[in-house]
Amino acid sequence: MAELRYREALNAALREELARDERVMLMGEDIGVFGGAFKVTAGLLEEFGERRIRDTPISENTIVGIGVGAAMSGLRPVVELMTVNFALLAFDQIVNSAAHVRYMFGGQVTVPLVIRMPQGAGHQLGPTHSHCLEAMFLHVPGLLVAVPATPADAKGLLKTAIRDENPVIFIEHESLYGIRGEVPDGEDTTVDFGHARIARAGSDVTIVGVSRMALTAERAAETLAREHGVEAEVIDPRTLRPLDLSTILASVKKTNRCVVVEEGWPHGGVGANLAALIGEHAFDDLDAPIARVSGADVPMPYSKPLEDIAFPHEPQIVRAALASLGRSPATSGSRSADAGATARSSSRGADTGAVRTAAAPERD
Amino acid sequence: MGALPEPETAIEWLETMTSIRRFEERAGEMYARAKIGGFLHLSIGEEATIVGSTRALRESDYLVSTYRSHGYALARGTEPERVMAELFGRAGGCCGGHGGSMHMFDMKRRFMGGYGIVGGNLPIATGIALSSDYAETDEVTLCTFGDGASNQGTFGETLNLAALWRLPVVFVVINNQFGMGTSLERHSAVTDLQRKGESLGVPGTRCDGMDVLDTYAVVAEAVERVREDRRPMLVEAVTYRFRGHSVADPEEYRSKEEVAHWRERDPIPAFGALLEGEGILDAEGREALDWEAVARVDAAVQFAEDSPFPAAESLYEDVYVLDQHARGAYH
Repeated sequence: MAELRYREALNAALREELARDERVMLMGEDIGVFGGAFKVTAGLLEEFGERRIRDTPISENTIVGIGVGAAMSGLRPVVELMTVNFALLAFDQIVNSAAHVRYMFGGQVTVPLVIRMPQGAGHQLGPTHSHCLEAMFLHVPGLLVAVPATPADAKGLLKTAIRDENPVIFIEHESLYGIRGEVPDGEDTTVDFGHARIARAGSDVTIVGVSRMALTAERAAETLAREHGVEAEVIDPRTLRPLDLSTILASVKKTNRCVVVEEGWPHGGVGANLAALIGEHAFDDLDAPIARVSGADVPMPYSKPLEDIAFPHEPQIVRAALASLGRSPATSGSRSADAGATARSSSRGADTGAVRTAAAPERD
Repeated sequence: MGALPEPETAIEWLETMTSIRRFEERAGEMYARAKIGGFLHLSIGEEATIVGSTRALRESDYLVSTYRSHGYALARGTEPERVMAELFGRAGGCCGGHGGSMHMFDMKRRFMGGYGIVGGNLPIATGIALSSDYAETDEVTLCTFGDGASNQGTFGETLNLAALWRLPVVFVVINNQFGMGTSLERHSAVTDLQRKGESLGVPGTRCDGMDVLDTYAVVAEAVERVREDRRPMLVEAVTYRFRGHSVADPEEYRSKEEVAHWRERDPIPAFGALLEGEGILDAEGREALDWEAVARVDAAVQFAEDSPFPAAESLYEDVYVLDQHARGAYH
């Protein structure tokens, strides 16, 4: 075990896989000489050389397409896109090529390609650099989608992604690059896809947190325990495809309540998908409607106070969990009156169910 | 015009061009009889371009085509039975019925696919060339695309990157005068397409795509230059499709006279007459070769008819490679 930052854990995974397999090579904008926009690839050009660590022009669709062609013909490319919003420029190659060529060519070819990108708000980068779009990739059959929240998972899942035969959308979070955590040493410390992490055990309510929201949910769970005597079980799915639904269902069977937390938009989002799956498979286990906490249904604003209320924080998660237990923060004694609709749940008569969302201006 | 190759090579070129023609004609008939669904893009008129360019490749070289993909699969050696069965949507098709007309593929013959998105195949071809370069082989990738694709963002992006990284890819722009129903002068500010790569570091050249000898000569030179110099090249093949963009095309954007004018330059009778004039093949031999092509297409249709539709269970096949890492809920 070593304590590493999230970006260092990713760097270690890349370094180890480059050393392990000659077919692994990296492509992306500013990943070489510059060391990566978020320094994830720092030092790799010096260590592995120009043949394997390739700075590319700013041509997202073509970079991904070259990755697809290279993967179809024997390489195992890892493509870095500078932010998730830039991946939209490559959506043709991601969907029409990476995800589909194996199927449309009758299984004659595989696409062992990893496309890495950071997402998320918090740095005032405004409406073209800050979104959380994992739902868009989750939608596409043929892709796998990983959303690591901890340094250990960042390393383990990236190693698995590189060794997998399928195209993997590997979504990092901009606000997590600097966080520290214990990371297992060793070349084969992979983390299997489709195995959720139970971040915190509990018996009163299940909170599923996606990407950074797994960590926010963990903090909310500590507050729930400390201030409200509520023991929440926090689950980090780690991969959205494949999804470890059985771990989530087992938890809901125990707690009978579920809150789903994501940073992305509410409509057609990851939370909507999870809520539907849980509703389909665990309806009889539920004592309250599944609550969703999501990012606000707006483009990400620049101004700090607006950005802050456009994605979920602990208080919204606490309120949603308490609401699912039929309790309000006020009666629990620690919070002022609910400042906004944080969670959508069909039991809340006042909620229109449409576009009001997470964000209440109240923060810790 | 290029030089005539050895007699048996010349005859093989004529055979392949004729096979593609007869195959495409029959595919059109089968479409009219509703045996084939979706879109059907025929390459009738473009056979010299297909055969001249693919014959410039070695077996170890890679070929990537557009959605007008049947002729390329056939030229590369994919059995007409499997191409026709794919058009029929049958299990015996070269992609098991998952791909259809626009998405033929034959890994064994390094035909790396027909692609349905205009311009989407350029980066893929260049990625394949990257693999060859990475492995330090002398393989070359040949990528065809239409005049319409030269306006896509991937054209500029990919040519730049291929030149920057010195990748062994030959880009062949099939100038058949129309991007679907929009004529070249109505869709491209620069109509001298061979020059469109110049500012991107990719030198261009041009061939008469109605002449198999000229196409072969020019593409072969480009392929060998690329193989040697490890730099991409652009070849413009000037040709014409005698049929519509797809079978569903009413062709209101061009005159019958224009089509008739180009049909006078039909590459198959022209090359047949040349071989006859050179004493390589007599009239009887030309006739026999044509009947053989028709017979093979008959067999292809029979095979496709006899091949079952894919089983319902195959709906979910080949979406993922399932192994120990990626398990869980997929659908």
